[in-house]
Amino acid sequence: MIAALNRRQALAIGVSAATTAILGGSVLPAAAANDYEDLIKKFTGGKVPTVGRVKIDAPEIAENGNTVPMTIMVESPMTPASYVTEVLVVADGNPRAGVATFRFTPDSGIAEANTRIRLASTQWLHVVAKTNDGAFFMAKKEVKVTIGGCGG
Amino acid sequence: MISRREFVQVAAAVAALVPGGWSRSFAQQRMTQAELLKFNSVGNVTLVHVADIHGQLLPVYFREPTVNLGVGEAKGLVPHLTGRALLDHYKIPAKSQAAYALSAEDFAALAKSYGRIGGLDRIATILKSIRAERGNRVLFLDGGDTWQNSYTSLQTKGQDMVDCMALLKPDAMTGHWEFTLGEARVKEIVDTLGFPFLAQNVRDTEWNEPVFKSSVMLDRGGVRVGVIGQALPYTAIANPRWMIPNWSFGIREDDLRKEVANVRKDGAELVVLLSHNGFDLDRKLASRVAGIDVILAAHTHDALPEVVRVGKTLLVASGSHGKFVSRLDLDVRNGEVKDFRFKLIPVFADAIEPNAEMAAKIRSIRAPHEAMLGEVIGKTDTLLYRRGNFNGTLDNLICDAMLEERDAQIALSPGFRWGNSLLPGQSITREDIYNATAISYPAAYRLTMSGARLKEVLEDVADNIFNPDPYYQQGGDMVRVGGLAYTIDIGKPAGQRISGLTLRPRGEPIDPAKDYVVAGWASVNEGTEGPPIWDVTMNYIKRKGTVAPVEADHIRVLGS
Repeated sequence: MIAALNRRQALAIGVSAATTAILGGSVLPAAAANDYEDLIKKFTGGKVPTVGRVKIDAPEIAENGNTVPMTIMVESPMTPASYVTEVLVVADGNPRAGVATFRFTPDSGIAEANTRIRLASTQWLHVVAKTNDGAFFMAKKEVKVTIGGCGG
Repeated sequence: MISRREFVQVAAAVAALVPGGWSRSFAQQRMTQAELLKFNSVGNVTLVHVADIHGQLLPVYFREPTVNLGVGEAKGLVPHLTGRALLDHYKIPAKSQAAYALSAEDFAALAKSYGRIGGLDRIATILKSIRAERGNRVLFLDGGDTWQNSYTSLQTKGQDMVDCMALLKPDAMTGHWEFTLGEARVKEIVDTLGFPFLAQNVRDTEWNEPVFKSSVMLDRGGVRVGVIGQALPYTAIANPRWMIPNWSFGIREDDLRKEVANVRKDGAELVVLLSHNGFDLDRKLASRVAGIDVILAAHTHDALPEVVRVGKTLLVASGSHGKFVSRLDLDVRNGEVKDFRFKLIPVFADAIEPNAEMAAKIRSIRAPHEAMLGEVIGKTDTLLYRRGNFNGTLDNLICDAMLEERDAQIALSPGFRWGNSLLPGQSITREDIYNATAISYPAAYRLTMSGARLKEVLEDVADNIFNPDPYYQQGGDMVRVGGLAYTIDIGKPAGQRISGLTLRPRGEPIDPAKDYVVAGWASVNEGTEGPPIWDVTMNYIKRKGTVAPVEADHIRVLGS
């Protein structure tokens, strides 16, 4: 016979914690509208960002999708003449693409920030930096959110 | 400039064919300790490496894989050559001792000629001999997966392995399965080891500070050697995170670059990465992180009779279960490796004299449990093995046990790469089952899972193995299945590899919306309930008396 199952057991091997937390057990509609491209366009005013100068430090595979450590760094002298003003972080697989926007001034010293983010599933992080002269730079990185449990 | 002087010494030792039917004693005559240890030494530093012993104090039978598929840039490269292709690649004669040690070709027959391999007492003899010859040039490094996966290592929480390894006096180690003993126990052992446990890539989750030493500087043969440790980056995903809740892993490539710079700054003329990344990951890492002279690879259990070179970095893969000891002689001058010579020494138990001190220690550890472990619970008519990307016969046995003992429709068994082999006709003892199942989270769960969820699980595990980017590979093999058949196209992207899921034996398609009763073990989730998997398996074998699981034909593999 089947022992009475609580939700935890039912999920024991079936699903990552992140999916549970965000979706509350419901099923994500396939191809849910994730507007990361729109958010980037809005941020850049339609300009296509140049790839480079931005670095994303995040794990290749998240240990816990609910709290994924992430550091973003942008190469910049950070002087009144040349500095990063804003950095946009979007996730292309979350129900909502927006993750964070960081604002900097020359007084920031360096254009670097770190935080912990929530990722519903395996997806790409897109980071776009804006400089005071209106240029845009970007980088992206894939972070896997996995069930795990069979390595060894 | 490095002159290419390394060659397949392991094969050269016995180049002649051993025709079928030669007696075991004849085979052994050709295999002497002197011949196995023979080495034309070179240079001023000797690295000795073992890895992935998995708690095995005694010699074992261990059949290497027939299916070990490489993807992406690793496709068709070692260590993804198996069987004949592997033997041809290294020009190893069929049926030779090297063929037996390195491939699955004629395994059961050759096992009868060449016997078991491994045993820490034999490894002790090899080390002693190398140290006698090379004195203070020797550095002995343990790549981890040492403290777990046998009965005594589970029962003593790793103490048996710690005590035995202490006799070998390692200079450093790193880890993976060690962490399944939990944070407190790992800390407790590390504090009393007497040599450093190195892991540059483990941080506490609160302050992101290193939990272990990242590196150690050692003077050998007049050369300053910097050894950096790298634990399995995916320990907190592949194994229960709740056992190590305050530790975070990861590849941490940038931190590794900084550590290489640090040890160079401190005067290291030779930089060694003692790694538990897995071979493909290490191969990629070697192409991206400059300044590492040698990577001692582990985790994926590959045994390679030659070093693999990536740029200036030498990669060594030393096998598993105590089957091999790697010896790498290096001529280091002016901060550069000018020359090297390598030998993957197979630890043939019948040819290598056991070291008396280690043998006595092993006996004393095993004495209280010997009678229980030796109890025969059944017999196998077929070769039992686990290693390979998909179900081995040993996994089929465990899956069959779960299906019957737990009355389930589908069984899932983890794709561990450890677990000894048993020859056809061999008795199955309690110890044999512990050697295939001894983990600190053994509960055999039973639950219902929808067809959709089941596919998701298979897809997820498949991507951990067949993602073309090695930085996304966790190691391990595909989750083993019972009661289920499927097709896998390893070349497809994540989420699209698995198709044709059907329920065995009748072949009815798995319905994504329908629930199925699934039995499994080794869940990484806290609070998993069920009897330990060894009890489930032993009960089944006792009931059957004789088992004869056959090769898997329920998994179709495409895209390889």
